[in-house]
Amino acid sequence: MYSVVKAEQLADRVHELVVEAPHVARHAKAGQFLIVRVDPDGERIPLTISRAEGDLVRVIFMTIGATTYRLAELRAGDSILDVAGPLGRPSGIPQNATCVVVGGGVGIASCPIIARTLRGAGNRVIGIIGARNADLMILEDEMRQACDELHVTTDDGSMGRHGYAADVLKEVIEAEPVDQVWVIGPAIMMKVTSAVTRPKGIRTWVSLNPIMVDGTGMCGSCRVVVNGETKFACVDGPEFDAHQVDFDRLMQRQRIYPEEEREALERHHASHCGCEPGARHG
Amino acid sequence: MPLIAGVSRGRDMAERASTVRVHDFGEVDLGLSPDQAQAEADRCLQCKKPACVTGCPVGVDIPAFVLAIAEGRFGEARTGILEANLLPAVCGRVCPQETQCEGACVLSGKDRAINIGALERFAADLGGLEGEAPVARAPATGRRVAVVGSGPAGLTAAAELARRGHAVTLYESLHEPGGVLLYGIPEFRLPKAVVREEIERVLALGVELRTNMLVGQSLPVEELLAYDAVFIATGAGLPSFMGIPGEEVNGVYSANEFLTRVNLMHADRFPDSGTPVKRGSRVVVTGGGNVAMDAARVARRLGARVSLVYRRREEDLPARREEVRHAREEGVEFMTCAAPVRILGEPCVTGVECVQMEMCALDESGRPAPRECEGSSFVIDADTVIQAIGTSPNPLLVRLLPGAETGRKGNLVVDEDGRTSIPRVYAGGDIATGAATVILAMGAGKRAAAAIDADLRSGIAP
Ligand SMILES: Cc1cc2nc3c(=O)[nH]c(=O)nc-3n(C[C@H](O)[C@H](O)[C@H](O)COP(=O)(O)OP(=O)(O)OC[C@H]3O[C@@H](n4cnc5c(N)ncnc54)[C@H](O)[C@@H]3O)c2cc1C
Ligand SMILES: Cc1cc2nc3c(=O)[nH]c(=O)nc-3n(C[C@H](O)[C@H](O)[C@H](O)COP(=O)(O)OP(=O)(O)OC[C@H]3O[C@@H](n4cnc5c(N)ncnc54)[C@H](O)[C@@H]3O)c2cc1C
Ligand code: FES
Repeated sequence: MYSVVKAEQLADRVHELVVEAPHVARHAKAGQFLIVRVDPDGERIPLTISRAEGDLVRVIFMTIGATTYRLAELRAGDSILDVAGPLGRPSGIPQNATCVVVGGGVGIASCPIIARTLRGAGNRVIGIIGARNADLMILEDEMRQACDELHVTTDDGSMGRHGYAADVLKEVIEAEPVDQVWVIGPAIMMKVTSAVTRPKGIRTWVSLNPIMVDGTGMCGSCRVVVNGETKFACVDGPEFDAHQVDFDRLMQRQRIYPEEEREALERHHASHCGCEPGARHG
Repeated sequence: MPLIAGVSRGRDMAERASTVRVHDFGEVDLGLSPDQAQAEADRCLQCKKPACVTGCPVGVDIPAFVLAIAEGRFGEARTGILEANLLPAVCGRVCPQETQCEGACVLSGKDRAINIGALERFAADLGGLEGEAPVARAPATGRRVAVVGSGPAGLTAAAELARRGHAVTLYESLHEPGGVLLYGIPEFRLPKAVVREEIERVLALGVELRTNMLVGQSLPVEELLAYDAVFIATGAGLPSFMGIPGEEVNGVYSANEFLTRVNLMHADRFPDSGTPVKRGSRVVVTGGGNVAMDAARVARRLGARVSLVYRRREEDLPARREEVRHAREEGVEFMTCAAPVRILGEPCVTGVECVQMEMCALDESGRPAPRECEGSSFVIDADTVIQAIGTSPNPLLVRLLPGAETGRKGNLVVDEDGRTSIPRVYAGGDIATGAATVILAMGAGKRAAAAIDADLRSGIAP
């Protein structure tokens, strides 16, 4: 059992949990993830390690299905049955380079740890964070501290620049020579945004989020196609060369279980409707 | 529970009728009654030089426990087995006895071998852990040993090392120990309650279990190597895919994924359990080994029509005869001399294109080599495809070990006693042999534990 020491809502449908998990926290590096299983019948779901300090790890997630809604109910003092990690390969960190770290939506969660690590290795770090609107923006202060320069954008202009992270990225790579770029967010955002750096051939990393089970390379649920080859995102990634990734395949494989996910979510909500336990819902 | 007496061939255990069992995950084999067990045990010749024991990788004193059963001393039979084997209820159910102890039985040529597996299971199942004398432990040696992986190899090594007085920490990356016993072999062949009970026995020896620890990451290699000795038993869990077009479309599983979803994550109980699985209405399983049989039988229980596609002939199926029989009884359709060449459908599987194979000259395995018949392609409709064409040693920890000698399959190279090329690091089970069997993994764990103990005591390992 792993105790939750902090639980907070950061934005609309975006939550933060800080969990005591020394085996993960002490060895976690930028770019890695963990897997949680909340209770005995729970699913194993992967979440990026957003911060690690001492014995504590932080995860930030968006509520989209049964498990993330269940996680969002946890309060400080509650516990999580299983936390496994750190999983996946850490980000490859260059030295004395100029790097851009782009986060979209809940993907911003992964950015500060990468930006800090890059800066710690003597790189100049430019951050770009984008969200649909101001209510969905997260970790702005943390990113401002972690980066040499930070750009903030919203799709509707309610905060920072009006527009997409991709637009800012285009300007940044025009303005100065950039060596490497990280783009982290929903698959479609990663696809569109990483296309920006392709003409210049700038090395660009994306963190892929296929459906996983074990997270240790034993099942192949997480397989992704990179440069025409099948890779297991949990052990060969999750970060891959963006310009080699088959994003359409990734998005398709994220939609293997739409009916099941709907059923599980309805059931989750039904169990929280305030009826007597065991009551039947029509 | 309805039985079909006709299927039980005297010495055999009763089985649940296929028409009934295919609807649930209850155990297929029901075990022997005390009368049946005693009658079977009575047939044992009590050889002076028992060949069966030489056929047992962990060296169970088979004639002694069989005699105890024959004489009705059931508790003693169990205690006797536990001396050599701490997982008898598992072994009694899943060992390929026909190629181990029973294959060596002198009666196997003449009459028929003693059904040692069923007798082992009978003795093991009697009573629970209660009333069982705790296994004796040697005084503490003050030495610390890490065991990585809690499948049969790791469990056996951990138990043997703990018995010898060493402080053992058993690391497992999943949330529960057991390895393939838990996530691979289905409930209807090996109930998880049985596995858990036997693992309790190992842990009761004072073994410290640490789950959710992916060694190499949760425990860095430097910290692992700080133990006085290390036993690596990380198994052969890396699934192979055939490499045919269409493998990435939705609805294509490795057998490992399909079985893990059901056995470990209980997707058969979705949505009571949170993990889903595609139940499929038409499932194609590719492969002909035990894993393919398990995947096919699980898919049948989830309600699908199941075809198993195998490229050689029926008689070449590498699975145990008994498993093939069970699968057939449960309605799995066998399509032999056929090989999948392409998976059809986008975004979801709609079918599998196969070609007919003809059998040619014998290849190095002594079986006729299959060759594609030209123009013989045909399509099987399917909404789910499960590939059970093999697994290879888990590369994750192996590639982090400095100076580890590896073999062709990516396995760790070890000597007779499980020593790797790295001092104080031992390995055994599927990580060293490639995919093999539970009892071979246990034998390897036992031999390595003895070597670790000897090396620690003689000072070879400090
Ligand atoms: C390496 C990695 C890191 C991730 N990091 C984060 C993060 O930091 N924050 C965050 O909000 N999300 C993250 N995700 C996605 C997160 O795992 C899913 O949102 C979560 O599993 C959804 O579970 P659910 O039961 O709430 O929703 P469901 O209703 O089950 O699914 C909703 C969607 O989530 C995806 N999903 C479902 N089950 C899984 C699974 N077992 N593994 C992966 N994806 C699944 C599917 O694409 C599905 O369409 C990450 C995924 C990966 C692979
Ligand atoms: C579906 C199926 C059915 C089978 N049926 C039979 C049968 O009927 N009879 C039979 O004799 N054999 C059978 N086998 C084969 C048998 O199960 C294996 O040979 C045996 O389990 C190997 O044991 P092991 O201890 O070497 O490895 P495993 O049982 O594979 O256990 C390895 C363990 O190590 C863990 N691990 C891996 N890497 C790490 C790491 N870095 N850190 C921590 N933990 C790690 C894994 O999670 C796993 O729990 C079957 C196999 C399968 C897949
Ligand atoms: S999640 Fe199972 S192999 Fe990656």
